[in-house]
Amino acid sequence: MTRVSMKVDGVDYEDDVEPRTLLVHHLRERLGKVGTVVGCDTSNCGACTVLMSDADGNQQGVKSCSVLAVQAADRELTTIEGLSGPDNTLHPVQRAFHEAHGLQCGFCTPGMIMAAVDLLKENVDPTEQEIREGLEGNLCRCTGYQNIVRAVRAASEEIRRGGGDAEPAPPSQRAGEDQTPDSGLPRQDVPDETIPQPVP
Amino acid sequence: MTTTEIGSPRRRKEDARLITGRTTWTENVTLPGMLHLAILRSPMAHARITSIDVSPALATKGVVAAFSGRDVADVQGSLPCAWPVTEDMVHPDRPPIAVDEVRFMGEAVAVVAARSRAAALDAIAAIEVDYEPLPAVLDMEQAIAEGADLVHADKGTNKGYTWVFDSAEAGTGGDAGAAIDDGEVVIRRRYVQQRLIPAFMEPRSVVVDPTSDVYTIWSATQIPHILRFLVSAVTGTPEHKVRVIAPDVGGGFGGKLQVTPEELIAFVAAKRLGRPVKYTESRSESLVSAHHGRDVIQDLELAARRDGTVTGLRVKLLANMGAYMGLVGPGVPILGAFMYNAIYKFPAYRFECSGIFTNTTITDAYRGAGRPEATYAIERIMDELAVELEMDPLEVRRRNWINAEEFPFTTVAGLAYDSGDYAKATDRAKELFGYDELRQEQQARRDTGDSVQLGIGISTYTEMCGLAPSRVLGALRYGAGGWETASVRMLPSGRVEVVTGTSPHGQGHETAWSQIVADQLGVGFDDIEVLHGDTRTSYKGLDTYGSRSLAVGGIALYNACQKVIDKAKPIAAHMLECDPADLEFTGGQFRVRGNPDGGRSLADCALAVFAAHDLPDGIEPTLDADAVYDPVNFSFPHGTHLCATEVDTETGRVTIRKYVAVDDIGRVINPLIVEGQVHGGIAQGIAQALFEEAVYDADGNLMTGTFVDYTLPTAADLPEFVTDRTESPAPDHPLGTKGVGEAGTIASTPAVVNAIVDALRPMGVNDIAMPCTPERVWRAIQGGAA
Repeated sequence: MTRVSMKVDGVDYEDDVEPRTLLVHHLRERLGKVGTVVGCDTSNCGACTVLMSDADGNQQGVKSCSVLAVQAADRELTTIEGLSGPDNTLHPVQRAFHEAHGLQCGFCTPGMIMAAVDLLKENVDPTEQEIREGLEGNLCRCTGYQNIVRAVRAASEEIRRGGGDAEPAPPSQRAGEDQTPDSGLPRQDVPDETIPQPVP
Repeated sequence: MTTTEIGSPRRRKEDARLITGRTTWTENVTLPGMLHLAILRSPMAHARITSIDVSPALATKGVVAAFSGRDVADVQGSLPCAWPVTEDMVHPDRPPIAVDEVRFMGEAVAVVAARSRAAALDAIAAIEVDYEPLPAVLDMEQAIAEGADLVHADKGTNKGYTWVFDSAEAGTGGDAGAAIDDGEVVIRRRYVQQRLIPAFMEPRSVVVDPTSDVYTIWSATQIPHILRFLVSAVTGTPEHKVRVIAPDVGGGFGGKLQVTPEELIAFVAAKRLGRPVKYTESRSESLVSAHHGRDVIQDLELAARRDGTVTGLRVKLLANMGAYMGLVGPGVPILGAFMYNAIYKFPAYRFECSGIFTNTTITDAYRGAGRPEATYAIERIMDELAVELEMDPLEVRRRNWINAEEFPFTTVAGLAYDSGDYAKATDRAKELFGYDELRQEQQARRDTGDSVQLGIGISTYTEMCGLAPSRVLGALRYGAGGWETASVRMLPSGRVEVVTGTSPHGQGHETAWSQIVADQLGVGFDDIEVLHGDTRTSYKGLDTYGSRSLAVGGIALYNACQKVIDKAKPIAAHMLECDPADLEFTGGQFRVRGNPDGGRSLADCALAVFAAHDLPDGIEPTLDADAVYDPVNFSFPHGTHLCATEVDTETGRVTIRKYVAVDDIGRVINPLIVEGQVHGGIAQGIAQALFEEAVYDADGNLMTGTFVDYTLPTAADLPEFVTDRTESPAPDHPLGTKGVGEAGTIASTPAVVNAIVDALRPMGVNDIAMPCTPERVWRAIQGGAA
C-alpha cells in the first residue's frame, strides 16, 4: 500500500492504495467519482478521460485507465463531476453537447466532454477537421460524431464570445448540494434556427 | 389534437444527468456486503474439460467462493431461445457455465466471488483446468459437408434448421424457379455479410441482490421485462420474486437483446452465497462473449427482362448461429426473409435459410437484424442488373419499385406495405447530392485516367419496423407477442407520471414520450416524468428493439392519454354543471363548446379526484389509465441514400466524399432525436462497409478481441452526413410514426460498397468483400482475390 494524496474536483483526498490500482478504479471505487467510466481495457475508447495537472500545474486530458493512482499523487484532477461551475452552471462544452444533441446513450459522454475541454484549452478555435482528429482517441457508438463535432464548434464559439478560455470554473463547495434531481438544466427555449437543415 | 410539442426539436431531458456524470450505470450500483465476480473463460474453441480444480482460487486472499459448471450443474439451468423458427429446430442445451465441453473461445468455465474485483481476477488465474482439444468447426460450408466434425456430437448435425418461404406455395406470387429458368437476363451473385460485433460502449454489467424478499437484478440490458420472465423460467424462481432494473443503459444496438450467461451466473452465485454480487465484463471479455451479429453467406439469383423488369428472385442463405442458439438468433435471418424483395414489385420469390452451428461466439440481433443483410444483397445485385443491361442504376430501380399511388401494396413476401413515396425521396436525395454533376465529374476522371476515381452508390430501402403484430409473431413461431404498454398517472398537483414498457438505452424516450403526453394532455413538458426499466414500476412491457418503441409503445401512450381525458370529462362536466357531451378538450382545458372562458383544467380534475369530496355518482376517483397496444401491421419506413466515394487506385484507400440520406419515417415527434438516430445508423453501416470485421483464426481464436483489432470508426474516419426527410405518415395509427432506429444502418452499407464498385467498374471490378479495406480494394484493382 502506498499513501497517495490528490485533489479531485476541488476536494483533497489522502488514501492508501495498492500500487497496481488504476487511477480510474481509484476515482470510481475509492473516491466515489462514478461519473467517470470504463469502456475498454486497451486505452482505445477514452470514456475514462479526466483532466490531470502536469508538473507545472496545467490540467491536461489523460485516460485515467492508463494512469496508475500513484502517478496522480499530489496532482489536481477535474472529472466530469467537477466541470460544472458554481450553482451548477454548465461548462460551455456541457451546454453545447446538450444543445446540439451530441450524446445519445451518454456512456462515452463524460470522456468525450473532457477530451473536448482539453482540445479547446489547446486550441480555442479548431476547424472541423481539427476537432475530428482531436477527438480521435474517444469512441462513440451512437452519434456518428456529427453532433459531437457540431457541439464542440458551438462551444468554441461560446468560449470565444465570452472572451474566456475553456478552463473549468473553480470548483464550488456547493457543487454537491446543487447536484440534485431538481437542479436539472436551465430552462430551454427552442430557437428555430437550431433545427437541423440539410445543406446541399 | 394540439401539436405544439410533437415535431419540436426538444433538447433531451436525459442529458441533465448524462452530461454531468450523475448517471446510474449498473456498474455504479454498490451494495453493503457486495461481492465481485470474475469469470474464467475458455481459451479454446472446442475442447472437453477433462478436469477442473477451483480450490487454488479458494486459497487466494479475499475469495469467498469459487465454482465450476459441475458445481452448479443442477441449479444453473440452460439459456433460453425464444425463437425456435421451425418445429424441428435443433436447440442444444447451453449451461451458463460449461460443464463437460466448451464450444467457443470465451465460454465461461468457472466463477470466483471475492471481496474486490482485483482479488477475484487474481483468483481466477489460479484455477486449474485441463482441456482435451476437439476439432473446431468454423467454416459454414464445411460444417454441412458429409463427414464434418460436429459442434454438438449428440445432435448428429451442424445444421440447426432450414426455413423456407416460397411465394408460389404461399400464394403471394409466382414460381421463382420458373422465372429464373425463363429469364432473359439472370444475375447470380454471392455476397458475404462478415461477422460484426455490436460493441455498445457500456460493457455489460449485472448486480444481483438476494437479501430482501425478492431477488433484485440490475442489468445493462435492453429487455428487463423479458429478462425477468426468463430468469424466472430458467431458474425455477417464482416470477413475482424476481425484480429486474435496467438503470441507465449505455447503448445496445441489439447487443443487449439477450439473456446472458453472465446474468444467470450472477443470479446463481447470489442465490448460493446469500450476498449481493456484481459482475462487469472487461471490453476484451465483451468482444469475445457478448453475442456477435451478421455472418451470413447469401447466394442470389435474379431474373429480369431486358427492359429491366425483374421477374423473379431466389435467395439461399447460410446463417452462422455460432455454438448455440441465442435468444432470437435463429429468427434474425427470417426477419430479413421478408425484405429481399425490398421496395420492388417482384412477381416471384423463394427464400431458403439454414442456420449453422460453428465453434464461435453466438450470433444474434445487431442493429437492423436481418434487414441490413437483405437490403445489402438486393441493392448490390440491382446495380449488377443495371450494368448488365447498360442502364442507370436509378432507372432500374424506378422500373421495379412500387409507385406512391399503389399503396397499400401487398408484396411477394406477403407483407402489406402501408405508405411511401420512393420517387419523392429519391428525387430529393438526387437534388441534395448533385447527382448529375457528380456523374459528370466521374466521367471526367475516367476520361483523364485520374488515379483517384469517383464512384456513386445508390441505396433505396424499406424496412419493417414496429415489431410487431402478435399474431404475425405467433405465425413465425416467436415465443412472445409484440404489444406494448403505457400508463399515465395523474398526480394531485396536475403533474404526470408516465410508465412505459419500452426500455430506452440512448433513444431519448423520456423526452419524446413527454412531448406526446404534453400535447395530448396539455400539461407542461417539464411537468412529466417518464418511468421505465424497473419491473416494479413498469411491471409489463416488451422492451426496446426493432424500431418498435415509438411505433408501438408511443401508440399505447397516446391511447392511455385518451383514456385519461375520457375519465376526466364527466368530472369536469360535474364541476362546470354541464353535460359532458357539451365539453371540448384543448390545451389542457375542458370548456363548454363555443365558450372560451371558464373552463376546468385537467389539473383541476386531478385534484378533484384526489379529494373525491364531490364527484358524480358512480365515478371511480382516479384519472389514471393503462393502455396496451398490439399493432395491426408493421410500419414501413423507406428512403434513398446516395454516397460518393473517392477511391485512390494506387493505394486502395476509400474516402467518402459526400453522403446524402433522405429518409421517410412517417411523422416525426422530435427531429433532433431522429437526426441523431440517422447519423448513428449511417455510421454503423459505413463501419460494416469499410472498417469492422470479427475474425477467427484457423483454430477458432478470435483475433479481434480488443478495440485495437476490432476497429470502430473514430470521428476522423467519418464524413459529415447530409440528412433530410420526406413524410408519408403511417396510416394504421393516430400518431403516424414509423420508426427510425435501424434505417441508417440498413441503407448505408450498400450505398458505400456500391459507390466503391462503381468507381472501379472500368477496371473490371464487380465486387469487393467487406470490409473494403485499402488492401482488399487494392487487390481487387490488381485483379487479385476480392
